[in-house]
Parts: sequence; C-alpha cells; structure tokens
Amino acid sequence: MFDALQAFLSTFLFDWLAILITLILQTVAVVLPIMLVVAWLTYAERKVIGFMQVRMGPNRVGPLGLLQPIADALKLMTKEVIFPDQSNKYLFIIAPILALAPAVAAWAVIPFADGMVVADINAGLLYVLAVTSIIVYGTIVAGWASNSKYAFLGALRGSAQKISYEIAMGFALVTVLMIAGSMNLTDIVNAQQGGMLNWYLLPLLPMFFVYFVSGLAETNRTPFDVIEGEAEIVAGFHVDYSGMTFGVFMLAEYAMMILISFMTAIMFLGGWLSPFEGIPLLESMFAWVPQLGWLAFKVSLLLFVFLWLRATFPRYRYDQLMRLGWKVLIPLTILWVFVVGAMKYFSFGPWFN
Amino acid sequence: MTFELFIFYLLAAIASISGVMMITIKDPVKAALWLVLAFIATAGVWITAQAEFLGLVLILVYVGAVMVLFLFVVMMLDINLAILKEGFTQYLPIGTMVVLAISAMMYLVLGPERFGLEATGAPVVHSADYSNTKAIGIQLYTFHVYAFILAAVLLLIGIVAAIALTLRRRPTTEVRYQNIDKQVKTQASERLKMIKMTPVIEEPIKPKEEEEK
Repeated sequence: MFDALQAFLSTFLFDWLAILITLILQTVAVVLPIMLVVAWLTYAERKVIGFMQVRMGPNRVGPLGLLQPIADALKLMTKEVIFPDQSNKYLFIIAPILALAPAVAAWAVIPFADGMVVADINAGLLYVLAVTSIIVYGTIVAGWASNSKYAFLGALRGSAQKISYEIAMGFALVTVLMIAGSMNLTDIVNAQQGGMLNWYLLPLLPMFFVYFVSGLAETNRTPFDVIEGEAEIVAGFHVDYSGMTFGVFMLAEYAMMILISFMTAIMFLGGWLSPFEGIPLLESMFAWVPQLGWLAFKVSLLLFVFLWLRATFPRYRYDQLMRLGWKVLIPLTILWVFVVGAMKYFSFGPWFN
Repeated sequence: MTFELFIFYLLAAIASISGVMMITIKDPVKAALWLVLAFIATAGVWITAQAEFLGLVLILVYVGAVMVLFLFVVMMLDINLAILKEGFTQYLPIGTMVVLAISAMMYLVLGPERFGLEATGAPVVHSADYSNTKAIGIQLYTFHVYAFILAAVLLLIGIVAAIALTLRRRPTTEVRYQNIDKQVKTQASERLKMIKMTPVIEEPIKPKEEEEK
C-alpha cells in the first residue's frame, strides 16, 4: 500500500524519512479501522447476547444504543488507574501494552484485498503465528505484577492454555501451507480461486474447526475463558486492573478475535473471493461487491459465531480443556497432516493441480 | 544512512542493552523479560539479514514457548536475593579471571579479522521473492535428512523420558479418574430413575392457641 506516496515523498525528503512517514501512515490506516471495529464489536456482542437472552441490550446512548462504545471508552479513560500497594509498577504498566502490541502488529501481513496489504512477506503465515505467540506475555506479566493470588492463578492457567492450543493452531496452519504451497497469505487466497468448491474448507474441514476452536482458546473466549473464571478466581489476570489499563486488555482481546476471524476467512473461506465464482447468474449479479466486502462479510459471520458461542456454552473445566487440546485436537491435526500429504500425492480433487 | 541500516542499528542496540540488563538486573523475573526482549531484537536482526525463517522460528519457539515455561519456574521461586549475592567479593577474582579467559578465547575465534567483508566476502543479495524457508527446507529434507530425523528422534526420547519420570498412577482407592468415553456414552436411563410415590398431603396448620384465650 501507499507505494506512490512513498515515491512522491522521497523526491524531496530523506529516503529513510519518506519510508518512516509511509510506514506510520500505513499503520494508522490499518490500526484505526480495527480499533473502530473493536469498539462496535463490543456493542454487537452485547446486542447479540441480549437478543439471544430475550433482553434489549444497550439502547440508551444514541439511536439504538449505537453510541454506547464511545460512552464506554470515555468512562474507561476517565476512571482512575489504581496501582495495588505491593505491585510491581513498571511491569504492571507494561503488561497491557505487551498484550495489545502483538495483537496489533500481526495485522501487518493480513491482506484486505488483492494487493491491499502493508507487508506482503513470504513467511506471512509464520509471522502471524510467531507474533501472536508473544501475546501470552501480557497475561503472564499482568498476573505476576499484580502480586495477587487470583491474578497469578489466572495467569498460570491462561498461559498454559495458550501455549497448548498454539500447537494445535500451528499444525492446522501446516496443513494449509501444505495444500497452498506457500506461506504468503495473498498467495493462499489466490490459490483458492474458482468457486466455493476450491476453498480449503472442504479438504481441511476438521482443520477449520480445530483452528477456530484453538482461536477461541487463544482469545480466551467462552467456553475457554478459564483465565477469567469469575466464579472461581474473580476475574483472573486482570482482577487488579482498572480504567484504561483494563480497557487495553479488552482492546487486545477483541483485536485478536477479529484477527482470528480474518485468518480463518483467508485460509479456509477463500478470503476476498466471491462465493459465487463460476456460477453463471449469481456471479454477474454479485459482481459489484468489492473484494473487501466479501472478506468483511465472511469475517462478520465468524465474529457472530464467537458471540453466539459465548451466549450458548458453559465454561470448560480446566482439566477437560487441557484434555481437549492435547488429546483430541493435536492428534487430529497430526493425522490430518498425513491425510493432506496423501491427498497431495494422489492429486485429489480440485485443490492440487 | 539507509533505512535498513537504521533498523539494524536500532535492533542491535536494543539487543545489546537488553543483554547487559539481563545479566545485571537483580529481579530474576525482570531478567527473564529482558532476555525475551534480547531474543526479539536478535530475531529482528536475523530477519534484516534475510534469514526470516530463523528469525520467526526464534520468536515462535524461544519467546513463545521456552521463555514462558522459564518464566513459570522463575515466578514461582521464592528467591532470597541477599543469600544469592553472598560471597560476591570472595568469588570476584576467580570470576574476573574466567570472564577474561572466555573473552580472550571468543576474540581469537570471533575477532574482527575473521568477520570482515574481506574474510567472508559480500553477502549474496537475494530478490524479494526469494524464499529463505524453502532454501532451508530443501537443505534439511534432502542433504541433512538423517541428521534431521535423528534430532527429531532424540527430542522424542526426551519427551518420553520426561513423561516416564514424572508420571505416577495412583491407585483408584486414593484418587478417582475420569473415564471420558464412559461419560460421553452415558444414557439418561443410567443417570435418572423415575420413582412412583404415593403423595403425602400435609395437614393444614392448626390455628394458634392465642385464639383460645
């Protein structure tokens, strides 16, 4: 993105300054919309869960309660940040940043449409996996710096859960890159061209579920939110956080939710490709939809599933959660690596050619 | 100064500073976090040297998994720093000697005369679509495949050994284990029993004695 701008700036500025300015502009162009989506995702969450529980949800601030996220943000920003007496001040402040920074940094390689990507790097898939694996430090440092037993228990549970599910997630990504033959996210989407049957949803159907379930666990969403577990450990790792420091943790969680939805859409649901490709009438009828529109539609569906699951499922017990990760999802992914290998060997279906 | 050079010096400075901080800082948890920062900065340097696979794997494996487990251990230790620092002056001379010896040896092996451009030659500049991952994969899975598989087997033996050392099955008289398959396959008829009972109708409460008075 913004190559023209960089070329224009470098005509009268230092080279490095031109690159720096373009980088900052790119960052703003990606991060700002994500933060706005995060804000209204919290609204959507409360509305959706409200309707599922036959309630109204927020409806006081603005029309239909649409300005509720802004009110929430203002409230969080004006509240006092309380430091527990025995806490470790520096780490207490750094922890929310450690949680948010990787959740934002991972967006650098996410393509929003063909060619609309900040950094079109070869190892995009690996980059996302590596950067999201740092998020666990936000949790663990927050739990330790608070100097509270509840926070520490939450942090231990949460980080053990995250690194366990990361393995299943990584193996699910391995099958995707086996089938696509590339770790570049743009190439992965382009390899799925030619209608819904060519999406990786069908050959990698179990991996789609594994990835999404691991994503739920990575973002600490219900039914895997033992990290917060308000019935047992009050609110887990962020029990001592208040005001905007708490808000930053929430930002990180929702930004990760959107990231997981984007990754799922890109890897399994054909990214920005139209689902009606190759179908005579429907294809021309929906030709006006921009690429970003299709991607946004798929991401919204997946985000709705996140909210839906939260309204539906009770929380897993911790030992059952670990059992699901280690004894069900990881063996399944390893098995599927061999299945995809066999499919590739026999050039099975429209996915290998 | 080109932008890449600027990034390199930035990352190199972060790596060096965090390395020094990691050694000098007292709090072991903070030391571990400085080490994490050193890893991340080093990964950045590797990526600028076109070794993106190694850089990302460094973050993924060491930062994302190994250091987290390390932090677990360090956080749960109750270290008395005063005892840890005891005998510092006593061991200072021998410590200095060891440091000097190691530095001298490292200088002999890694000195500047072995790593200048005239010693190694200018690095090969690859085009943007060059995949470092693919290059490593081809090397690993063709020329070094036996060593690679042996290393994998070694790690597997490590896992098995670690589990065998720590696994202890206590008798069912002490702890009760879950049988997940049995739980999943259970039917309502096994858990719920309908019992016919004759209803017991309570007699209405008699009016209190106060009225009699």
